[in-house]
Amino acid sequence: MAEIVSLAEGVGRLVHDGDVVALEGFTHLIPHAAGQEIIRQRRRDLTLVRMTPDIVYDQLIGAGCARKLIFSWGGNPGVGSLHRFRDAVQNGWPVPLEIEEHSHAGMANRYVAGASGLPFAVLRGYSGTDLPKHTDTIKQITCPFTGEQLAAVPALNPDVSIIHAQRADRAGNVQIWGLVGVQKEAVLAAKRSLVTVEEVVDELEPVPGQLVLPSWAVTCVAEVPHGAHPSYAQGYYDRDNAYYEHWDSIGRKRDSFEDWLREKVFDRTDSEVTGK
Amino acid sequence: MTATTEAQQTYTSDEMMSIAAARALGDGQRCFVGIGLPSTAANLARRTHAPDLVLIYESGTLGSKPDRLPASIGDGILAETADAVISVPEVFNYWLQPGRIDVGFLGAAQLDKFGNINTTVIGDDYANPKVRLPGAGGAPEIAASCREVFVVVRQSKRSFVDRVDFVTSVGHGSGKGDRERLGLRGAGPTLVITDLGILRPDPETSELVLSQLHEGVEVEQVREATGWDLKVSPDLSRTAPPSEAELATLRALKEAGK
Repeated sequence: MAEIVSLAEGVGRLVHDGDVVALEGFTHLIPHAAGQEIIRQRRRDLTLVRMTPDIVYDQLIGAGCARKLIFSWGGNPGVGSLHRFRDAVQNGWPVPLEIEEHSHAGMANRYVAGASGLPFAVLRGYSGTDLPKHTDTIKQITCPFTGEQLAAVPALNPDVSIIHAQRADRAGNVQIWGLVGVQKEAVLAAKRSLVTVEEVVDELEPVPGQLVLPSWAVTCVAEVPHGAHPSYAQGYYDRDNAYYEHWDSIGRKRDSFEDWLREKVFDRTDSEVTGK
Repeated sequence: MTATTEAQQTYTSDEMMSIAAARALGDGQRCFVGIGLPSTAANLARRTHAPDLVLIYESGTLGSKPDRLPASIGDGILAETADAVISVPEVFNYWLQPGRIDVGFLGAAQLDKFGNINTTVIGDDYANPKVRLPGAGGAPEIAASCREVFVVVRQSKRSFVDRVDFVTSVGHGSGKGDRERLGLRGAGPTLVITDLGILRPDPETSELVLSQLHEGVEVEQVREATGWDLKVSPDLSRTAPPSEAELATLRALKEAGK
């Protein structure tokens, strides 16, 4: 059964140096607060996994938490580049970043295989592209029934997956609705999981199109209101588009980024983080 | 009144590009939409001549009907106005991969004469790129599996190159017959819409040739903005300038999306 913990405790207990860590949320419900808590706890040598590394991964990479990134699209959606990510790839700052690059279809299927307890997934993908030349986790496979050539990609089984959801009940059952991305697969593929939620409630009132992760499929739940900001939580708050624009000016330079880190992340105390 | 009419009759080359791209989409088609220029064009088409155009976004929405331009592919308005909201694995596995989508509408950082797309790195050395771009996203499989692909991109020597530095998404490979050889089931790029005109693959060679010029643009101008020796179709035609209705709708969509 999922245990209800504070954000600091959840990250402290579940995320270790050197872990393979996935923070998922496809444009919606991105676990920003949890990402910043990983930075604040100064985790190192992480292999970060995410289909769409956007500003939360720019922050983790710029803070030097990651040694490797497994991804399929890295940018500031609707704005432009991730400058910390680019600085790490092009200049090795603050630490070199190894990359393992896929397409969305490949990444989605890697999570599906991980969640399904399979060693790999099969898809029609990558054929003719330059990706297999640089990514050794893309192979060709022959269909044993038709002889067709298909792509194979290995399962992703993160040490810990972290997602943000709208609600959980006191038993730790998690309720998500709206764009659900690849979050269910990420949680089910992982050895451990942390779900941050907008609120913990007595009873989960049904919502059309909802997805429920039962308490026994989740390791820890932490109540973190606004934990997806500047992305959004349908039913709670809208996307803060201005912040995404604003991030461009913070992330662009090393010193403005370091000022941000100090002010908004490291100078925060445990009690500020948990809001208690 | 005069002032309004005049304002609507002057337009930018970007507006012409979005409008030309919108016109290419047929009513009732199912269109996989990338963000940015493709999304602008697809939403414009739905608001003008193609009200039953089905917009599919990789964030997991089938049949989105936004009344303003979405800020990103995950803008809440896409989910709230969709016929169905689905998971990302489902988008790619159940809807895209089997060939259920008519048109894949893509942008590009670099495009070559066979319509191959690069959104990964600029420079020859993948490990030490001159510029690190966002990467593939959904594009490789969109380019492979949609029945056809439209690319919308601003034309310049930097973006229109002889060979892309990195093939992120396959157009026509190195020429006619390559898609079949690679097992790609869709027809690949059939239209490339730019701010200067429209290019189409030559039926014999699959090389992109200039087939249409926007109003006020000359062939030489397009050649100058192309990094290969651009061929011109013998049937070169002119794009009709934007109608007042097209311009007004485009501007209203953009204004509402601010």
